[in-house]
Amino acid sequence: MLTARNIFYDYPERQVLRGVSLSLAPGEVLAVLGPNGAGKSTLLRCLAGALSPKGQVELDGRALESVPPAERARLLAFVPQHVPPRLPMTVFEAVLLGRRPYLSWRPRPQDLEAAWEALSLMGLGELAQREFSEISGGQRQKAALARALAQESRLLVMDEPTSSLDLKHQLQVMTVLCGLAEERDTGVILAVHDLNLAARFAHRVILLHDGRVEADGPPSEALTEESIRRVYGVEVLRLEAGAGTMFFPMSAASGTA
Amino acid sequence: MEASEAKAGIEAYGALTGRRSARIAALGALLSLAALFSLVVGSSSTGIMDVLRVGLDGVIFWELRVPRVIMGLLVGSGLAVGGAVTQAVLRNPLASPFTLGVASGAGFGAALGIVLAGAVSKWAVAGGAFSFALITALFILGVARMKSATPETLVLAGVAIMFLFSAGTSLLQFLGTEQQIQSIVFWSFGNLSRASWTDILIAAGMILPALPALFLRAWDLNLLLAGDEMAASLGVRVERLRLTALLLAALMTAGAICFTGVIGFIGLVGPHVARLMVGGDHRFLLPASALSGALLVLVSDCLGRTLFAPHMVPIGIVTAFLGVPFFFGLLMRRKREFW
Repeated sequence: MLTARNIFYDYPERQVLRGVSLSLAPGEVLAVLGPNGAGKSTLLRCLAGALSPKGQVELDGRALESVPPAERARLLAFVPQHVPPRLPMTVFEAVLLGRRPYLSWRPRPQDLEAAWEALSLMGLGELAQREFSEISGGQRQKAALARALAQESRLLVMDEPTSSLDLKHQLQVMTVLCGLAEERDTGVILAVHDLNLAARFAHRVILLHDGRVEADGPPSEALTEESIRRVYGVEVLRLEAGAGTMFFPMSAASGTA
Repeated sequence: MEASEAKAGIEAYGALTGRRSARIAALGALLSLAALFSLVVGSSSTGIMDVLRVGLDGVIFWELRVPRVIMGLLVGSGLAVGGAVTQAVLRNPLASPFTLGVASGAGFGAALGIVLAGAVSKWAVAGGAFSFALITALFILGVARMKSATPETLVLAGVAIMFLFSAGTSLLQFLGTEQQIQSIVFWSFGNLSRASWTDILIAAGMILPALPALFLRAWDLNLLLAGDEMAASLGVRVERLRLTALLLAALMTAGAICFTGVIGFIGLVGPHVARLMVGGDHRFLLPASALSGALLVLVSDCLGRTLFAPHMVPIGIVTAFLGVPFFFGLLMRRKREFW
């Protein structure tokens, strides 16, 4: 449903993406991993239509830039990395913003219900009437995710959705996302830093290094001690525990990036 | 359990919007009262009973009172809505068309008109104010169109322009005759008393069409507050919206101040008063700003006319003396963060 073919993106002083190809199927959870500056955010912004790369990005077989913004917003929801720290509205209103693609003036009952459902999926029901500016950073991040869920799109593109969350909430968010993929066939692509989280929840991972895809496959194949050393320059110990695969960082490898 | 929670949450939102609508209605009622009161209060003190009994002196009423009140309504709503929109577009609670230098541009234009054409020609003054307000706005928009212009860049550019035009105005005062200096200073106080029907027609032509155009973009302005990227991902054409909204705000500001002088502060305080009352959703904020801005102008004008009667205190001075403590009071009393 979302395909990128050989995309390149340059910032004025620096080449960031150098021929990245990927595809995302309905119901798939795809994690994009890679060190800082590898191009994860740029890639996700290209996929969400926030940047226009060279090469092709296709949404349901149509060139992404040819899809009108309002229609794109019903197909694809994007959560940028940075959530504004202040918004002069309540948490519920901030989530309701996600219904914009469906609204004319007054939110209809189904809009309010969708916003509420998204809010409670993220476990924010009790904060609904609080001011957005008053809640904690992690709660704001979850509110931004809820806003994207309220969009009821078939595709979710999320840039580090768990970066401000504690252990419990990381698990909670990933469980919700996997649940959406399974129950509603939502395609989810997200950037993460946590190898363990990716290995546990993602169906597939893409390991990005210097703007290129270094590895692409199920976590068990793409995330090896070898590929991680090459990409991150860190020696890790890969442990097979009862609940799944775990990575234990040992030391920065010598002689690599 | 969950269903009832959802119902309660949705009902709480319904109650919130209901409360907001009620507050807007209350503001409207208050404004109507203030307008009626303004019509009968003045230095030719005609009591309400007199107006009811014999009617006002026709000339005073139709050529002075009515235009004054209408101009006050236009100016107040134009400045406040222009301010609310600028704050949203620049995502900055400090912003107003004044922050962007539009008012300083207008001030310089007016001073130029006074020096070049003489204080007698009101049209030169209004025309100068209007042209320079628009020139400033277009310049700022030009800056906005540059690729890497963030809201912060725009505010910086506006503040820089403000200093430039202030220096220009000072230069004109330095070069002008005593009479010209007096006129420049008087213009800068702000004044509603010189409004003629023609002035009103022109100001209305610049302010009224912009109101619905901005109201229709209320949801998109809401989204803009959450960041350009997020707004774009929800289908907003961010650049286009920012340019349109800023241009409309500048037009309203120019229309509001070109005949009446600088009534500063309304553009900053009007939207904040409205925000404290009805929150940040522009569907409610914009109408509430229009009403509260108009109310502030009318109340200030009434006070200016009556406080030291028969002397009139220019409205620009009253708005500041009245508005600042009022605003601080609101800021101190607010129970929670609002922006």
